[in-house]
Amino acid sequence: MDFISILSIFVLACFVGYYVVWSVTPALHTPLMAVTNAISSVIIVGALVAAAAKGSFEATWLGLIGVVLASVNIFGGFAVTARMLAMYKKKER
Amino acid sequence: MILGAPPLNPPAPLAVVEHVAALPAWVLLAYLASGVLFILALRGLSSPATSQRGNRQGMAGMGIAVVTTLLTQAPIPPGALLPEPTSQDLRVLFQILAAIALGGTIGIVTARRIAMTAMPQLVAAFHSLVGLAAVLVGWAAYLNPEAFGILAADGTIDPVSRVEMGLGIAIGAITFSGSVIAFLKLAGKMSGAPIMLPGRHVINLGTLAAILGLTAWFTQDEALWVIATLTALAFLIGFLLIIPIGGADMPVVVSMLNSYSGWAAAAMGFTLHNTAMIITGALVGSSGAILSYIMCRAMNRSFISVIAGGFGAEAGAIADGTKTDRPWKRGSAEDAAFLLEQAESVIIVPGYGMAVAQAQHVLREMGDQLKKQGVSVKYAIHPVAGRMPGHMNVLLAEANVPYDEVFELEDINSEFSQADIAFIIGANDVVNPAAKTDKSSPIYGMPVFDVGNAKTVMFIKRSMGGVGYAGVDNDVFYMDQTMMLLGDAKKMVEEIVKSLGH
Repeated sequence: MDFISILSIFVLACFVGYYVVWSVTPALHTPLMAVTNAISSVIIVGALVAAAAKGSFEATWLGLIGVVLASVNIFGGFAVTARMLAMYKKKER
Repeated sequence: MILGAPPLNPPAPLAVVEHVAALPAWVLLAYLASGVLFILALRGLSSPATSQRGNRQGMAGMGIAVVTTLLTQAPIPPGALLPEPTSQDLRVLFQILAAIALGGTIGIVTARRIAMTAMPQLVAAFHSLVGLAAVLVGWAAYLNPEAFGILAADGTIDPVSRVEMGLGIAIGAITFSGSVIAFLKLAGKMSGAPIMLPGRHVINLGTLAAILGLTAWFTQDEALWVIATLTALAFLIGFLLIIPIGGADMPVVVSMLNSYSGWAAAAMGFTLHNTAMIITGALVGSSGAILSYIMCRAMNRSFISVIAGGFGAEAGAIADGTKTDRPWKRGSAEDAAFLLEQAESVIIVPGYGMAVAQAQHVLREMGDQLKKQGVSVKYAIHPVAGRMPGHMNVLLAEANVPYDEVFELEDINSEFSQADIAFIIGANDVVNPAAKTDKSSPIYGMPVFDVGNAKTVMFIKRSMGGVGYAGVDNDVFYMDQTMMLLGDAKKMVEEIVKSLGH
């Protein structure tokens, strides 16, 4: 994948994001923020690469700290989103 | 494995991507699948009915991304026949799993314990972690470029990757320090009042220019001081950007930082050539940007004026000059209960003051009682009713208010003219007609509820002295059909509920 392919994916994903986010109901904007928070922690991929690689002691530890921080977010973000979404109930008829 | 012999072929002009080519196709497909699952996770939020499935799809996407990375990066190569991991390999794997377990435990415990009113500061804290993680990953890539596959043929870091790395670190650092300030302001650990430095616009623009200049310099010179200075300046600007922004504008700030955390992840995705990270970054970046836009529109503020800061400060000064002695009517809980029972339709307008008073549960009880007596009860939510986008909806959902009784501003505003009672609790600015009529008002142009169209307005307020967040007087207090219910919101509604029984 060259830079242009990656840029293409990025630009198209921005458009997907734009339309998908506008379709989110305003009532769920707080869970939206919590879940985007959780998924932006996919940055853990970079932290895992650094933590697993040999060759730099400092990079390994920076990576490990990154893994901890991103994990807080991933587990915390998805858990708090699930907790919020479980509260949304329909009227009993 | 991405570690290996130096590239045999001369690098492509724009990027060095040998390691990506070396990754098996299933890995690329797995990252793509995880990106698609993230899109579905957001798509699920289009309705509460599909939202929980969406959240599970998001978790699955994350699981795929993490497991794929572990399988391809972990010291035990999956392709090897009978891998014989060394003790050091096992130690690395153990360290990683321990790090995930530690972070996961902290995350889950926090998520379980947090009060729903504290959601904005939790989200701000989470943003700061994403930002810091981006900075750490950027630095790790700088210190160990070989592991990230961003070495050019001459053994230096590929220039394109340096730009991506520099931007990723800068955005991450801004997200981190900005979110820390936002967290402190939202959690009340720091005054919500704007802190105005003299000449702050010059300082901020200068620092931003310096960061961009250093990023450009970094492509020519990969010395440690360049990236270190860049990081330090980015931490500083994040701090400087948020301290002048007042508490009322925090919903915009939290949304904006949400957006930044996405762009930071995207920048790192460019460095790693990772589709899951790029797709996610774009989704989160757009999401935060759209939420900032929605919040700005709901307050009729331009994004630039929010960023420039200083809102709460000027408004305070205006409030002092507008004290009036106009006549108003006070009602008791019994009067209110009597009128509510006689009504056919009631629209409740809750504001953040309701949540501060913890009145949402007893308010829902009142709604239930009224519904039992055949009164139609609806809730009207202004986009800025809480401390972050959609916050009030969560608070009402927590109090077991069914979500199909809760309506957004534009969906319900026309119904006030048919409503018997508009019941305002803990809100003020969002029902202030000055936003429509008074051009000099700081909230002029903000969309507001037309509560004056209702036959009767009940306004729960602690006292006549205080004014809303924006610090302006409210004509609704003095209307003929308005009954002021003065007192603590929770106690007042409790008394109304008691009187409803009789």
